[in-house]
Amino acid sequence: MNDRTAPQSPWQALRRLTPARIALGHAGGSLPTAAQLDFQFAHAQARDAVHAALDLPPLTEAVRALGLEPLCLHSAAADRQLYLQRPDLGRRLDPASAELLAGHSATEGYDLVVVIADGLSALAVQRHALPMLERIAEQARAEGWRLAPVCLVEQGRVAIADEIGERLNARMSVILLGERPGLSSPDSLGLYFTYAPRVGRHDAQRNCISNVRLEGLSYALAAHRLGHLMREACRRQLSGVKLKDEAEVPSLEGGTGAGNFLLG
Amino acid sequence: MANYAHTVGGQTWRFDGLRELMAKASPARSGDRLAGLAADSDAERAAAQMALAEVPLRRFLDEALIPYEQDEVTRLIFDGHDAGAFAPVAHLTVGDFRNWLLSEQADEAALAALAPGLTPEMVAAVSKLMRVQDLVLAAQKTRVVSRFRNTLGLRGRMATRLQPNHPTDDPAGIAASILDGLLYGNGDAVIGINPATDSTAGICELLKMLDAVIQRYEIPTQACVLTHVTTSIEAIERGAPVDLVFQSIAGTEAANASFGISLATLREGYEAGLSQRRGTLGDNLMYFETGQGSALSANAHHGVDQQTCEARAYAVARHFKPLLVNTVVGFIGPEYLYNGKQIIRAGLEDHFCAKLLGVPMGCDICYTNHAEADQDDMDMLLTLLGAAGVNFIMGIPGSDDVMLNYQTTSFHDALYLRQLLGLRPAPEFEDWLARMEILRLDGNRLQLGDGLPPAFRRALAQLG
Repeated sequence: MNDRTAPQSPWQALRRLTPARIALGHAGGSLPTAAQLDFQFAHAQARDAVHAALDLPPLTEAVRALGLEPLCLHSAAADRQLYLQRPDLGRRLDPASAELLAGHSATEGYDLVVVIADGLSALAVQRHALPMLERIAEQARAEGWRLAPVCLVEQGRVAIADEIGERLNARMSVILLGERPGLSSPDSLGLYFTYAPRVGRHDAQRNCISNVRLEGLSYALAAHRLGHLMREACRRQLSGVKLKDEAEVPSLEGGTGAGNFLLG
Repeated sequence: MANYAHTVGGQTWRFDGLRELMAKASPARSGDRLAGLAADSDAERAAAQMALAEVPLRRFLDEALIPYEQDEVTRLIFDGHDAGAFAPVAHLTVGDFRNWLLSEQADEAALAALAPGLTPEMVAAVSKLMRVQDLVLAAQKTRVVSRFRNTLGLRGRMATRLQPNHPTDDPAGIAASILDGLLYGNGDAVIGINPATDSTAGICELLKMLDAVIQRYEIPTQACVLTHVTTSIEAIERGAPVDLVFQSIAGTEAANASFGISLATLREGYEAGLSQRRGTLGDNLMYFETGQGSALSANAHHGVDQQTCEARAYAVARHFKPLLVNTVVGFIGPEYLYNGKQIIRAGLEDHFCAKLLGVPMGCDICYTNHAEADQDDMDMLLTLLGAAGVNFIMGIPGSDDVMLNYQTTSFHDALYLRQLLGLRPAPEFEDWLARMEILRLDGNRLQLGDGLPPAFRRALAQLG
């Protein structure tokens, strides 16, 4: 609906500068009806995204088409309901998956394992995981790194990459997974990088690159940052807060180029 | 270790130590169940509360929930305890203490004097015996005032953190949200960005931008880029203008280690902040965020329930005389606080415990899209915290954080509370809002300016 009865904000022009819900107007001091209903619809969509399932067969095919070997795994959380209430289960593989990995562990080890998991938005994985994977694989080839099979995990959380990395004897792990959907971003992908992945690693030992999606961080910039982190991690043999993201990129792209008009 | 027992309804319930007693007495929440610490039945929980009510407050000075030798937060709590301040309630049990808190004896002055005599475990214990109305009533008796460039926490006032996050830290996008927030009267607690980047160079750019905006428009407030404390220290070394030093903290040494910090790191950050001498009215400059479940999430809870772990984080916070502390109550997800009911209670517990310990407490009244909660739940917590005298809440455009992907309170939500309860912004900021022709408050009546305030017309005109 159009709100004809609530005053509009006279700074509507700013709306093109940000996806944030600015210049909504006001009914008294409260949210006008149209803005209120838009919000409720967005919330409903985000709730639906949380409960959507990962469609594995096309993903597996696409990984193969990149010349990479896919492995389909499942966490110890049997379904979404359990996944939401038991994060510990989402961080560990189920027994069948652990067994499957045993058959792929190489004595000389791998340099890098890429894990793709649904996380809290299968939609994010379906839209953005493959383009990211392609760029990461390119970098690995350029560095001459030995790449482990690509692990596709259902009902997985960030730390499941620790167990996978440990079982495959991988020097580094990167997990691409769906971040929890926001109202305006049901499809945001997160990348978590860990050097020497082992069960029991904690968050301060990882580096995160978040918000990869069309309206957010581009694939190219995310890959640039990740590449920098991985090379530095190899040099210093660590990841996490001690390894800062110093890929000097002055300001992130995807902006309006308008600059800070408040200071003009 | 002492055993605790209580006989009720023809059954005797036994609890192995204070740690187990506290956990079993905790009002139900998913995180304690996940940790395997929760009561097995509602009856066991009620019996545990009865047993806890009989425990003398002094007992908490003899029996550490997490061993002194193993945890620097425990050492901070015990070594910093003020026995003199504790004296007025030293003879009470936990149950008596609830009665005392609700009595006329417990007024603003008495509670302020008592704060250094209380430990987090004592306030966590009494909160477990309290209903929502007790948590609201006792908290609103206290006030914790802090100052940097304005005065926060005064009675009858409530501040807002303007949170202009942008998915790629785009300067124009951030500026648009800042202006939107200011024009709805938000931003006295802090203008605080959660950056998308953790690159120090990017952080320094954001710090310079916020500082320039505050100076250009002479806004009586402070800025913060919510990055790791070590990054803030590095930014200070690079000469960037840092008002507030931010850090997420938790209530155990091991959980803090999972955040990449220790008390020594925080001390270093605090001292780096003080060296800047940027506060004009005071030097409270630390900004801490907390939240129930963080210790369990890091597998660093030592068998202590999540609400008690959370209260211990406030002992860490108060040691550094912060300007702002807030629990991010619904951010962590349904595995710790399952639904609106659990989030509401947790928010009120956190606010109550922090205020009793003398911490300038605000609340990020929030939820994620995978929790069983919605805007109605947030309205309830918002209204209750307004009544409880919360120092500040978040303000974000339309409740939607487009960077962190969660819902928190909107600029409009603050205006709702101002009208409902007559809560005004920080005095210096209130004057600025009036001077800028943005917002005037007359009792509970709220008058937003017509059209664009003159000072901002030029900025907008540039956009064409």
